[in-house]
Amino acid sequence: MKNFTYLQPKDLKEATTVLQKFPQESLPYAGGTDLLGLMKDGVLEPQRLVNLKTLTGLQGISYRPGKELELGALTTISEIAENQSLAEKFPLLTQAARQVASPQLRNVGTLGGNLCQRPRCWYFRGDFPCLRKGGDICYAVDGENKFHCVIGGRPCYIVHPSDMAVALLAYNATVEIQSPQKSRRVNLKDFFVLPQDDYLHENILRPGEIVTRIRVPESAPGTKALFLKVKEREVWDFATVSLAMVLVTSGKQITAARVALGGVAPVPWLEETVSRSLPGFTLGKDAPEALAGQVLKAAEPLEQNAYKVILARNLFKQALEELAKS
Amino acid sequence: MKEISIHFTVNGKKVSLNVPSRKRLLDVLREDLGLTGTKEGCDVGECGACTVVMNGRAVHSCLVLAAQADGAEILTVEGLAQNGELYPLQKNFLEYGAVQCGFCIPGMLMSSYALIQENPHPGEEEIKEAIAGNLCRCTGYKQIIQAVEATVKR
Ligand SMILES: Cc1cc2nc3c(=O)[nH]c(=O)nc-3n(C[C@@H](O)[C@@H](O)[C@H](O)COP(=O)(O)OP(=O)(O)OC[C@H]3O[C@@H](n4cnc5c(N)ncnc54)[C@H](O)[C@@H]3O)c2cc1C
Ligand code: FES
Ligand code: FES
Repeated sequence: MKNFTYLQPKDLKEATTVLQKFPQESLPYAGGTDLLGLMKDGVLEPQRLVNLKTLTGLQGISYRPGKELELGALTTISEIAENQSLAEKFPLLTQAARQVASPQLRNVGTLGGNLCQRPRCWYFRGDFPCLRKGGDICYAVDGENKFHCVIGGRPCYIVHPSDMAVALLAYNATVEIQSPQKSRRVNLKDFFVLPQDDYLHENILRPGEIVTRIRVPESAPGTKALFLKVKEREVWDFATVSLAMVLVTSGKQITAARVALGGVAPVPWLEETVSRSLPGFTLGKDAPEALAGQVLKAAEPLEQNAYKVILARNLFKQALEELAKS
Repeated sequence: MKEISIHFTVNGKKVSLNVPSRKRLLDVLREDLGLTGTKEGCDVGECGACTVVMNGRAVHSCLVLAAQADGAEILTVEGLAQNGELYPLQKNFLEYGAVQCGFCIPGMLMSSYALIQENPHPGEEEIKEAIAGNLCRCTGYKQIIQAVEATVKR
């Protein structure tokens, strides 16, 4: 790993100003669990790391009934996994956080870093001059593509690796972004970008912008939620496919729904058609088969990953069955 | 500024050092402080051999910059034994045959130690979860879990 200057800005203004002034050379540094790996592999070689951890006001979880939930970008994944009021009010976040990586990584990794982590594609991380690194082609198209995306890929077939993003998307979260000049707030859905719009970046952040806060609206009465994650092995791993389902119910009748998928697209994937079709469905009575067929309907799997479509549909059915019992 | 100065506590002793910015906590422990009990396995957060306890929490010292440990309290496997006597976890690792080649053991001990500090009477599932980030190629984990269980028995 190359040497770099480690900057300890005194406040947000100083941090964002440095980042804006040296766009190619400087990067924000939170827990480092993702960034250090990229630097060690020579994928990124920043000359300046701007430490965010000592900035005040970006830590912690704040929730008051009747208000939005606020999560500071520097909140660690462990803090989310262990917070009691989240477990009661926002169980998807607890369930997702508990399945992120291993205890050691959750103790250091932050929520902001989790949303902004780079793809795990082995061509991107490896010694390949791929499209996302400024090269000419996406090697996954004709290469080893078992873990790549099945939808939204053209022209780069990564999957977004974040588990937290999938849960937050199902909760319709918003992201607060700060630059030296101003602060803006966007829906999480609009925070991530598809390769067809920008294949060099996974999100809309511009140089000098950092994520400061994530907000989640309070759940309506009668809300049921479940996060399911399939990985290749029992202990820690990234998702092959994950699913977050939020249902608002009146008795067993679904009145509103949001279903998000991880591991299938270059962004956390909102299943809009299925989310719109679920209202009217009665849990425990109607058969989920017909709706399951709509999940990833427009998928175009690569040679080795058609299994992800079946997996996503089965997770959808499993979630409906489990939520019918709750 | 490619050098940074750090002040932290390692196994109860205050330490101040100037090190190149790229050094990780693992490098400083092993190279600058001679604490080679902490092992380097995969280097990328996958094996847990480098686990130390930082401010009461298990962390991978291979994925923590030395700069991040500034002001922190670090405990390594060398800090477990007191006055020449092994810590109860260590005694039970020996008692239950939880050690074969031994490479994973410092990390296993530190992950288990962090668990017990937070939760003095964990069940089997909690023990398994606490060492989920620690890879052992030899023992099959069973004896390791038994050793931790024996330590936390009421
Ligand atoms: C072995 C291993 C297994 C893992 N398993 C999982 C898993 O199962 N699920 C999962 O979701 N993740 C997993 N991860 C990814 C893990 O790194 C993230 O979960 C972690 O939360 C990243 O947070 P961090 O603070 O360490 O990020 P950092 O490494 O500090 O930052 C990551 C990126 O985000 C940028 N960044 C950080 N904070 C901000 C901010 N506030 N604003 C703007 N940009 C920012 C950095 O510049 C960098 O590019 C795994 C990682 C490893 C090494
Ligand atoms: S050396 Fe740190 S996790 Fe393997
Ligand atoms: S005892 Fe050999 S790796 Fe665990």
